[in-house]
Amino acid sequence: MSDHWILSTLLILPVAGALAILLLRGESEANNRNARWIALIATVLTFLVSLVGWAQFDTAKSGFQLVEQHDWFSHVILYKLGVDGISMPFVLLTTFLMPICILASWVSIQKRVKEYFIAFLALETLMIGVFAALDLVLFYLFFEGGLIPMFLIIGIWGGKRRVYAAFKFFLYTLVGSLLMLLAIMAMYWTAGTTDIEVLLKTAFSPSAQKWLWLAFFASFAVKMPMWPVHTWLPDAHVEAPTAGSVILAAILLKMGGYGLLRFSLPMFPDASVYFAPLVFAMSIIAIIYTSLVALVQEDMKKLIAYSSVAHMGFVTMGLFAANTQGVQGAVYQMISHGLVSGALFLCVGVVYDRMHTRDIAAYGGLVKRMPRYAVAMMVFTLANIGLPGTSGFVGEFLTLIGAFQANSWVGLLATTGVILSAAYALYLYRRVIFGVLDKPSLMKIEDLSGREIACLAPLLLLTIYYGVHPQPIIDASAASIDALVTGFNHAISLTKTAGL
Amino acid sequence: MDVTALSLPTILPEVIIAVGALALVLLGALRGERSIWLVTEGAVALLGIALVVLLVGHRPEGVTFYGAFTDDAFARFMKALSLIGSLTTLLLSIDFMRGEKVGGFEFPVLLLLSTLGMMMLISASDFIALYLGLELMSLALYVVASYRRDNLKSSEAGLKYFVLGALSSGMLLYGISLMYGYSGTVSFAGVSAALQGPSPIGVIFALVFVLAGLAFKISAVPFHMWTPDVYEGAPTPVTTFFASAPKMAAMAVLLRVTLTAFPGIAAEWRQIIAFISIASMALGAFAAIGQTNIKRLMAYSSIGHMGFALVGLAAGTVEGAQGVVIYMAIYLVMTLGTFAGILSMRRGGEYIEDISDLAGLGRTNPPMAFFLAAMMFSLAGIPPLAGFFAKFYVFTAAIHANLFGLAIIGVLLSAVGAYYYLRIIKIMYFDEPAKAFDPQGYATRIVLALAAALVIFDAIAPAPLTNAAMAAAKSLF
Repeated sequence: MSDHWILSTLLILPVAGALAILLLRGESEANNRNARWIALIATVLTFLVSLVGWAQFDTAKSGFQLVEQHDWFSHVILYKLGVDGISMPFVLLTTFLMPICILASWVSIQKRVKEYFIAFLALETLMIGVFAALDLVLFYLFFEGGLIPMFLIIGIWGGKRRVYAAFKFFLYTLVGSLLMLLAIMAMYWTAGTTDIEVLLKTAFSPSAQKWLWLAFFASFAVKMPMWPVHTWLPDAHVEAPTAGSVILAAILLKMGGYGLLRFSLPMFPDASVYFAPLVFAMSIIAIIYTSLVALVQEDMKKLIAYSSVAHMGFVTMGLFAANTQGVQGAVYQMISHGLVSGALFLCVGVVYDRMHTRDIAAYGGLVKRMPRYAVAMMVFTLANIGLPGTSGFVGEFLTLIGAFQANSWVGLLATTGVILSAAYALYLYRRVIFGVLDKPSLMKIEDLSGREIACLAPLLLLTIYYGVHPQPIIDASAASIDALVTGFNHAISLTKTAGL
Repeated sequence: MDVTALSLPTILPEVIIAVGALALVLLGALRGERSIWLVTEGAVALLGIALVVLLVGHRPEGVTFYGAFTDDAFARFMKALSLIGSLTTLLLSIDFMRGEKVGGFEFPVLLLLSTLGMMMLISASDFIALYLGLELMSLALYVVASYRRDNLKSSEAGLKYFVLGALSSGMLLYGISLMYGYSGTVSFAGVSAALQGPSPIGVIFALVFVLAGLAFKISAVPFHMWTPDVYEGAPTPVTTFFASAPKMAAMAVLLRVTLTAFPGIAAEWRQIIAFISIASMALGAFAAIGQTNIKRLMAYSSIGHMGFALVGLAAGTVEGAQGVVIYMAIYLVMTLGTFAGILSMRRGGEYIEDISDLAGLGRTNPPMAFFLAAMMFSLAGIPPLAGFFAKFYVFTAAIHANLFGLAIIGVLLSAVGAYYYLRIIKIMYFDEPAKAFDPQGYATRIVLALAAALVIFDAIAPAPLTNAAMAAAKSLF
């Protein structure tokens, strides 16, 4: 079982990079440069290794692949890694975005450079671990361990209210996940193992499912974040450095959706059906309410943060529609949102590096000085709205189909979110890019540099590519999602017949 | 295990410490103040030898002194923790005592005698031996708490600890005598046999008094009043000692008494322990938030941690006992590491204790800040650090024993507690740097780095600790 090495390599490479940076002594300019290059090389290598893993991955199979397993805590907790069609795209998304984040921090981080890249590399290991872990406790370690580097990234390299934001981020997520930890322990005593593969086949009694579901939901709802526990996100986003925001929006938020998909739906199907109306209601409120909140924001990052909450509303809605389209759409939406929101935060970072403000009112007419920037921002704005031809469309569309099938009212109400997202996104675009270029401070603003183009171009290409050709992502996850939905329906029908 | 009248191999480590301590007293008395460092080094050597004798070599386990003294896997494990605590404290104290000129050859000797008391306490398997061990340990502690006798706070700490300690000893003794009245014996096994079947209300009375006396020593709420004042008032090495070795011994005896003497009334004491546990966790979490003195903060932190450890005991199972043992081992490492950090807080030769003095340590002394941050994250129980696994084991046991309420309250309080550990990290990393500390001494540097390494890398090779703890826990059942 343990003849594979790729996933472990993915975990080790970033940490090895971090250790290499740790060995650089002193804080000279040369050391900072070396730290940047080491971080870039480590993340690019990780990406390449993940591509090797992708090449070995058989999309036709629904089970876990590239599995490796070792005993860890006295034969109870396993060191077990593996990916299936649901987790593989997230692993690739993580490894793909990391080099971009390193590049995005190339010049904007000038203080405590070594520590910054160490934190980022440690974070990468933990994030990949979350998606690759096949043992619940191992999953929890990675899930929770990610708090430490992110706390430091926000707290040390963040903006003015960084301390407040860092604490809020940490404590919110901690409280949520601690309840999940108790649920994990309860599952261990019920099933006798924390092996996810075994637990996926374990049938928990419907009454136990409800408690376990709630405990897991507490954790993932905070992480997603869902209304009403989303309030840490705008603060964290606004105060985090650009690359921190990118990681937060693109990957950390996805852990919540991934967790719901990996654990809540397949392990607690009865409870998922029972609580689906609650999730639908929370999703609808998230979609409509946070979209409205986004409309009145004066801070670019805050606006995008609220739009993230709204988009995650589509994800939870699609997941709990619990049909192939809904779940497929949710996965697609998460990947697409990872690309698009990450790119939007990078775009904000571009102008923030130049002007050191995120106030929408401080900008206007940028298209005259920054045409390339305007084009990039336009594509990502449209993708954020979900315009056909961009990746944002596919996910939103599929989740809406799924929701209509499950409950047409939910679908109907969620569709208004599409209109609202157009409103706030275009409103932002108009105020920043169009209008009169009359602010004296903007007269000398420079267009995208080569490095920034290198950051944004891959995201732009993928956003359009997956918009017109969604098949690669859908194919990759189809087998696993079909198996999940089939198993889900099977479990539900079993309970129903038992009830009759 | 054979019960013998006297078996030298069984009590060899204790004999070494006892004889050695007496020899060092003689040496000190004959040669006076000149012998301070000789005595200190001798004490370090004695503790080291006792530790080696305890763990290495093939001494068979056994019960001696007609059943009053048990040498089993549990006793050895907890004695090892106590010895490590004393040894490390002594090493950490050398620089401090030299710098603050509060030396005196009595300090190492008192530490040795207290350690001897702890070892007897841990091995005690009847109530008389328990009381003797407890008093030997405590009498030495009363003296060292007020070791800096010209300092008002230190004298106050000693006096406070003595008055309250004497009261708790009285309660314990009263409980023991009641227990004797009902069971007709003082041996744990005899009490256990006598308490089968329904128990009269007087036994519950006795139980409460015994538990109160022991809870005082681990500073669990509501018997914690002395802790913050003593922690703050005593010289820092003494605080280090208070926080480490005696806690191990007191927790060990609490485990042994409840699990081997009172299994017949488990339902009753589990309730009491669960209450004490919740109260300690809550007080530790909330009262620490407003503290500005780092020693006082550590006092509340230790109250909270004892509460978490008791979660495992409240489960009353083998897993629970294993959890407590693991918790104490990891807590010992974290405490010693943190106090090594506190003993490094020195500016211009003066020891300082304000949390705000740590400001910007991440800039002025990155390694020390990193190690201390590891301690703080671990104390907060964030994975993958060792502190997480400590909590993991006790809460797993609680869940298995269906103590859901206790577990939920416990984890939520641990999130509250995380706040003040994070605050220290915030001060070290997010705040503007204050003036740098004096260079660290070797002892503090090594202890801090070693503790951080253990805490960080525990997750990679957890088997030795969990296996040893399991063996220790099993010997109680």
